[in-house]
Amino acid sequence: MKNRLSVKRRAYGTILKGFILLCAGITVMLLAILIGFIFYRGLGNITWELLTTARSALKNTIGILPNILYTLYIILTTLVIALPVGIGAAIYLNEYAANKRFVRVIEFATETLTGIPSIIYGLVGYLFFCQKLGLGSSILAGSLTLVIMTLPTIVRTTQEALKTVPDSYREGAVALGATKWYMIRTIILPSSLDGVVGGAILSIGRIVGESAALIFTAGTGYALVTHYLQALGTSGGSLSVALYVYAFEQGEFDVGFAIASILIIIVLIINFMTKFVKRKLKKV
Amino acid sequence: MKKMIGLITVFVIALTLLAGCNSSQQTSSPGTTPPNTTAPKLSGTISTNGSTSMEKVVASLIEAFKAENPDVTITYDATGSGSGITAATEGTADIGLSSRNLKDSETGLDATIIALDGIAIIVNNTNVVDNLTIEQIAGLFTGEITNWSQVGGADAPVAVIGREAGSGTRDGFESIIGVTEECIYDQELTSTGAVITAVSSNQYAIGYASLSAVSSEVKSVTVEGVQCTEDTILDGTYAIQRPFVMVTSSSKELSAAAKAFIEFALSDEATEIIANAGAVQAR
Amino acid sequence: MKIKAVMEKTMSCLFFICGMVTIAAVITISVYMVLSGIPAIKEVGLSEFLFGQVWKSTAAEPQFGILPFILTSVYGTLGACLVGVPVGIMTAVFLAKIASTRVAATVNTAVELLAGIPSVVYGLIGMIVLVPAIMQLFQLKNGTSLLAAIIVLAVMILPSIISVSRTALMAVPKEYEEASYALGATKMETIFKVSIPAAKSGIAAGIVLGIGRAIGEAMAVMMVAGNVANMPGLFKSVTFLTTAIAKEMSYASGLQKQALYSIALVLFIFIMIINVILNAVLKRGDKR
Repeated sequence: MKNRLSVKRRAYGTILKGFILLCAGITVMLLAILIGFIFYRGLGNITWELLTTARSALKNTIGILPNILYTLYIILTTLVIALPVGIGAAIYLNEYAANKRFVRVIEFATETLTGIPSIIYGLVGYLFFCQKLGLGSSILAGSLTLVIMTLPTIVRTTQEALKTVPDSYREGAVALGATKWYMIRTIILPSSLDGVVGGAILSIGRIVGESAALIFTAGTGYALVTHYLQALGTSGGSLSVALYVYAFEQGEFDVGFAIASILIIIVLIINFMTKFVKRKLKKV
Repeated sequence: MKKMIGLITVFVIALTLLAGCNSSQQTSSPGTTPPNTTAPKLSGTISTNGSTSMEKVVASLIEAFKAENPDVTITYDATGSGSGITAATEGTADIGLSSRNLKDSETGLDATIIALDGIAIIVNNTNVVDNLTIEQIAGLFTGEITNWSQVGGADAPVAVIGREAGSGTRDGFESIIGVTEECIYDQELTSTGAVITAVSSNQYAIGYASLSAVSSEVKSVTVEGVQCTEDTILDGTYAIQRPFVMVTSSSKELSAAAKAFIEFALSDEATEIIANAGAVQAR
Repeated sequence: MKIKAVMEKTMSCLFFICGMVTIAAVITISVYMVLSGIPAIKEVGLSEFLFGQVWKSTAAEPQFGILPFILTSVYGTLGACLVGVPVGIMTAVFLAKIASTRVAATVNTAVELLAGIPSVVYGLIGMIVLVPAIMQLFQLKNGTSLLAAIIVLAVMILPSIISVSRTALMAVPKEYEEASYALGATKMETIFKVSIPAAKSGIAAGIVLGIGRAIGEAMAVMMVAGNVANMPGLFKSVTFLTTAIAKEMSYASGLQKQALYSIALVLFIFIMIINVILNAVLKRGDKR
């Protein structure tokens, strides 16, 4: 008896395989075209003037230095608040909490926060931070909103990292007479550093890419403010927000593509750094 | 761990140095008063918020004002006239910017008209239509006229581009043309610039935008034979015009810097600045 | 020694507070949503609000029917899934089962990059390339449309679907596949009749994740959909639940503002329902 497949089965196999390859090809091509087009129209427009000056209506030039600074301010403020709180929450969940149900409640809360769309964060942030707390459109209001947005990411990645620390470490520490906080400080945290840093970098990526939540809380200002504390109270647009304003509201597509190119380069750097950190800090 | 702490410390020091650099430049030399200064140095932050049509005018005024008062930081959020008025009412902005007059229902606010602006009726550069009557404009925007050939153009459908409901430009346009609440839009965009972009990229499009924002990307048609220019706005022959208004809360005390900024916008110095930005200073 | 004990107590208290912050955040958001969203629904009437077909929020006699927004969001998400799910799952299959390690690594990097691109960038390309293309291809007078939004959303949810499905497929026990080969099945038959069904719950989780992203997207969609409160049509300018909020939020006041909060509440409830379904599906998958 011949050991070959029927025509029908062979045909099925080829068609399906073709379909799979087609889909995979579409995905890769999509990315190539997206990035190619953005770089093609954007890289050439990244001039020294664009990067180091502020927008001048009188001279009719555009510069995104203020937006770059605002992005940095937002990242700094958000992380300064979110990292301690997030890491603290993860430590609590993993090391202290005895009640399993309570842990699950917090984890459900974290999951829920992840799923909420950024426009709702923008709305709630606007209502609570800008209006109720009277912060107005400001970097501080935007950062506080982003703190709530990035909290779940930091909590989750830190939790994962803490879980990878072998229990034997903990048992050994307790056996040697270490108290809980001491043990966390000297043994567990250092061992889970790669996960923590990874989570921070991931959050930076999210912050840089965020636009809906920031437009309504941090505003779209482009005034050059170099004093950090003063910037906290000013309305300022991050790079993504600036892209939206320049491209969509003012029709300055060249600037828009330049900012898009910068953003993609930042994403590339962040992706690369995440992998790099994972490799370098991981204590085998 | 140590590397992280090191990196963070360096970063923070760098930022503080930047801040330090800036503040050290601002200490003026004591004793010598230049002959032209009229008032003590102003400082602080002024937040302005509102009309996207006023973008160019406000941005130019901010820059000129800042050149004379370097300690003042003025921010501008282009969110739309309705939003600017809301911001002034709620106190989230010092000065609200509106490209229309306040409505009767908008109480508790002071309005200062700083300029007059024309609303240009714009079509795509490839459109052969040169002039439209107000009746034709109304017909195009309410959907009564559906083909460009009916107003002297090519045989092509009409795509109507407009602004969001809170826009001062839309409010001014619809009330003067007499089509309030009757317009049927194919796109509702949230800024004057976006309308210009949409019209410039669609051969069938018609839209309205602030004169100060119109560029060679689009063609502005004459309305009842009158071209939209600063002169025709000033002498009133161009019908579709509206005021640029700085709105402030009657109850909240304005800072010295904010008061000075509004006075600056009304001063003679500002006439040329406003003219260069495409509007006409209100007299 | 006393100091140490005090430190211990303080630190554990501190950590507890941190844990509570997450819960506090969720509770605050939910409470705010519900409290702000109920008044308008009460004023307008639940059925008039949810099923009314006309949204004229600034008219002299305002009407607040959000059916156009609900339907647009539903159709838009369905459309995005129709396009994105097959492509996503097949790409995941490619990565997990067919590609060699090096090719898989490259394609994987590409997918991760796609996942990180900010939504405004997608909106930008959609605005500049997609909208004019649709206008020309279909001979329309205006290119902003539901179709443009669907395409943009489909591309945006691809990375989510691919990465989660890939993980699920790679977690299928090798024994299943080996048993299938032993019984004489071809590679394709094994993939489609054994691996994919085995990874069903993981793939479903990926799809639900994608749905969540699609229904919550605002900025990118706002740049390509036209933002007119029409009942949805593939080639008409449409407004989603998200863009309805984004468009009017900054200047709304009074009942209009409250109506926007109500839209946010409806969106919030939609997302909650999706989350609950996700959890249920995952739990069922675990039991197997």
